[in-house]
Amino acid sequence: MTLANAAAKTMTQTWQTLCSRADLVPFSGVAAWVETPQGPAQVALFYLPGQAQELYALDHHDPFSSANVIARGIVGDLKGQPVVASPIYKQHFRLEDGQCLEDESVALRTWKVSFKGDEVWIEA
Amino acid sequence: MNTPAKPQLIVIGNGMVGHHLVEQLVEQGATERYAVTVFGEERHLAYDRVHLSEYFSGRDAASLALSTSAYYAEHGIELRLHEAVTAIDRDKGEVVTPQGRYAYDRLVLATGSYPFVPPIPGNEREGCLVYRTLEDLDAIREAAKTAATGVVVGGGLLGLEAANALRGLNLDTAVVEFAPRLMPMQVDSEGGELLREKIEALGVQVLTGRATQEIVDGEASRHRMVFQDDKVLETDLIVFSAGIRPRDELARGCGLEIGERGGVVIDDNCLTSDPAILAVGEVALWNNSIFGLVAPGYQMAKAAASTLLEGGTTFAGADMSTKLKLMGVDVGSIGDAHGDRTPGARQYRFLDPLKQQYRKLVVSSDGKRVVGAMLVGDNSVYDTLLQYYANRIELPEDPAALILPAGGEAAPALGPDALPETATICSCHNVTKGDVCASIDAGAVDLGAVKGATKASTGCGGCAALLKNLVDHELESRGVEVDKSICEHFPHTRQELYDIVRVEGIKTFSELVNKHGHGLGCDICKPAVASILASCFNEPITDAAHIPLQDTNDTFMANMQKNGTYSVVPRVPGGEITPDKLVVLGQVAQKYQLYTKVTGGQRIDLFGARLEDLPAIWGELIEAGFETGHAYGKSLRTVKSCVGSTWCRYGVQDSVGMAIQLEHRYKGLRAPHKIKFGVSGCTRECAEAQSKDIGVIATENGWNLYVCGNGGMRPRHAELFATDLDDEQLYRIIDRFLMFYIRTADRLQRTSVWRENLEGGLDYLKQVILEDSLGIGEELDRQMQAVVDTYECEWANAISDPEKLKRFRSFVNDARPDPDIIYTTERGQLRPA
Repeated sequence: MTLANAAAKTMTQTWQTLCSRADLVPFSGVAAWVETPQGPAQVALFYLPGQAQELYALDHHDPFSSANVIARGIVGDLKGQPVVASPIYKQHFRLEDGQCLEDESVALRTWKVSFKGDEVWIEA
Repeated sequence: MNTPAKPQLIVIGNGMVGHHLVEQLVEQGATERYAVTVFGEERHLAYDRVHLSEYFSGRDAASLALSTSAYYAEHGIELRLHEAVTAIDRDKGEVVTPQGRYAYDRLVLATGSYPFVPPIPGNEREGCLVYRTLEDLDAIREAAKTAATGVVVGGGLLGLEAANALRGLNLDTAVVEFAPRLMPMQVDSEGGELLREKIEALGVQVLTGRATQEIVDGEASRHRMVFQDDKVLETDLIVFSAGIRPRDELARGCGLEIGERGGVVIDDNCLTSDPAILAVGEVALWNNSIFGLVAPGYQMAKAAASTLLEGGTTFAGADMSTKLKLMGVDVGSIGDAHGDRTPGARQYRFLDPLKQQYRKLVVSSDGKRVVGAMLVGDNSVYDTLLQYYANRIELPEDPAALILPAGGEAAPALGPDALPETATICSCHNVTKGDVCASIDAGAVDLGAVKGATKASTGCGGCAALLKNLVDHELESRGVEVDKSICEHFPHTRQELYDIVRVEGIKTFSELVNKHGHGLGCDICKPAVASILASCFNEPITDAAHIPLQDTNDTFMANMQKNGTYSVVPRVPGGEITPDKLVVLGQVAQKYQLYTKVTGGQRIDLFGARLEDLPAIWGELIEAGFETGHAYGKSLRTVKSCVGSTWCRYGVQDSVGMAIQLEHRYKGLRAPHKIKFGVSGCTRECAEAQSKDIGVIATENGWNLYVCGNGGMRPRHAELFATDLDDEQLYRIIDRFLMFYIRTADRLQRTSVWRENLEGGLDYLKQVILEDSLGIGEELDRQMQAVVDTYECEWANAISDPEKLKRFRSFVNDARPDPDIIYTTERGQLRPA
């Protein structure tokens, strides 16, 4: 995992368009495909309108169940940190950096993501 | 130079007391001083014999274990299980086992006792068993497989436990007691008579004053027991539980002093006649008494460990007061319960033949102290009486008030405040009120922490309620608020949030969190609030304001499975389905390649549906006349029914018709947790209604209503709530019952747990629902009617709304299905690879 991340940083990352604002569900998540230098990946996009940071992109893959379901979890905050709870076994992942709060050895990948007008762009 | 080897300490026996001794050795530091070896005859590490009967109700050997081999290893104690000591050689200072000889410097006998089998001719026949160890229970279970009837010889505490176990194995059970009443040690003739009535009401035959003369071949059953008057009883299985005898054969074999009726004689230091050898527990005879309870054994273990370290703790006898629940019947015995050991003792008695409660209080001749008490049918005053007894608290002017129901009020309970610091809270671990307070002062902030620090309430658990009371009281008196908030986002309980939503008419989570909470919410409070809003206003859960609150199952109105696909369960009211609709289910399952299984609730579950296929699947199901089944919701699931009077020879009412009525009335009702119903057409109860939240059983005159049952992990029989109701009465009571549950239960609390935690219990619930003691009946009626009137199939609502359907896309930028969902085939159907 660590090795793959290090490798990814050495490769060229590019901004690409993913979807539109209307595709998002406020205070919830949707899933999307993103092209990365390692191949296509499934990302979970979370939209928190009105918050300091409005958009987050994390792995859609849940490492505990090995199912692609993270976008279908409940979004909230724990002690002020925005998190998503896996819909299968309920672990919490910090939206900021993907860190699992119940198991410090587990973290989801995260991507930079932002609005350009009404379009959602991601760096991958 | 080597340090001299540590002296060898050998413990023979790894039962509850033997294990407690090991814990005491560790705690008191004896493992530093001695090399400790423990011999256990059984295969199992020490286990909880007090709760042995739970082995039949689902607990396995592992969960009954009191410790782990890792604990022994961690403290350097050699544990030799399944190795029985066969002799003690005092001359050489060795114990002998089939595997070898082991030298000791000090030796502790913790060999316990064995069940006494009366010397009746035929007592060794196959199928004549005892009830003491896990192996014994395995043997009973095995024998019960080919038996229809079982008899327990012995109507004492263990005998009744054994009888309950046989009953649990579905045997027609009888108890045969030599004495003229059950539990002769604990209760008198009046108490014994009441106990007999209660036990017989559970379907167990009770024969007292019967001495078995011999056991011979039976005619209809395997055995025939012949009694002193030549009457006979036939049975397939016999369990002897006629008392215990100390296992003192090792001590006899090596010439230690033995009591006249058995038992190794010990002094206050637990030393036997050989000062190198100690004895604890049921093998030990102190002051001419054998103590057949775990608490005195633990106290001996503590004293023995102290003796081995030259400490000052001694054993000074023990209180034999006990509080039991036998087959659901409370029995309590305190001190001199019969009043025959206290000259001039006064006795107060109270017998309620209707409620079947018997209470006896024995007070000293001056009327100032409790010297004993006896309770049958209700132990609610046990804790209070025990504290009066154990702490010699002066009695009120009229001692009878302690056992009399004073105008419907309970006897004045002794609050935790009234107890002296020296009051024993937990007699198993000898924890006093002072110890509990000290642990709180040392930083224990809740019940769990106090238990961890003091071990209180981790033995027999009989003091759990008292301990909780004390801990809550002490925390509150220290200004610690016991936090019952639902989560960090709301300083309120679920019940408070429900009231706020109702009173202020708040219709969204954001309004509620803005006015009464803070933050974004979380996966605890969001679904809880979503449920409250749905119970109150019944707006579609997929509306934009509500969708981010829902668990994934509610969001997609299907049940997520472990690979991220969903299962689909259409409603099949009452389990009745036309062949045409059954064909449609098959066709949909074929078309979308769904694994198909019949559920316990008489429906059909279609597994493996992909997120993006759900709308199409539901389009076809709705077209065929199906509605959503709410299998995903904390809401009404199914109303299971038997076929009832329309087909069945025995049915007395149309149970299917009633089940369908009920299912249509309450479908879509959201609640703190799921709700299951059952309707049976006669008393044979084929719909298993008594294991449901709401159980309805037909009678000749209408319907009997049962409430708060449960299957699952902790099965609970539903309780009879009202009898011989007509249809309208039945709906009215269920309306009020469910709305009161929705109003007052905690999140994810089933009706069974809610009921067990409800202050005032079933009587209170009956007052509120049947007598409208709170004056909220009409309000509950209105609230339920509003939910019934606003019902709408959630799936029909969703598939008619393109915005809502967008939520069912697998990916927002691609229609590709998730390639990671992979199936394999098993028994002709797909399953996750």
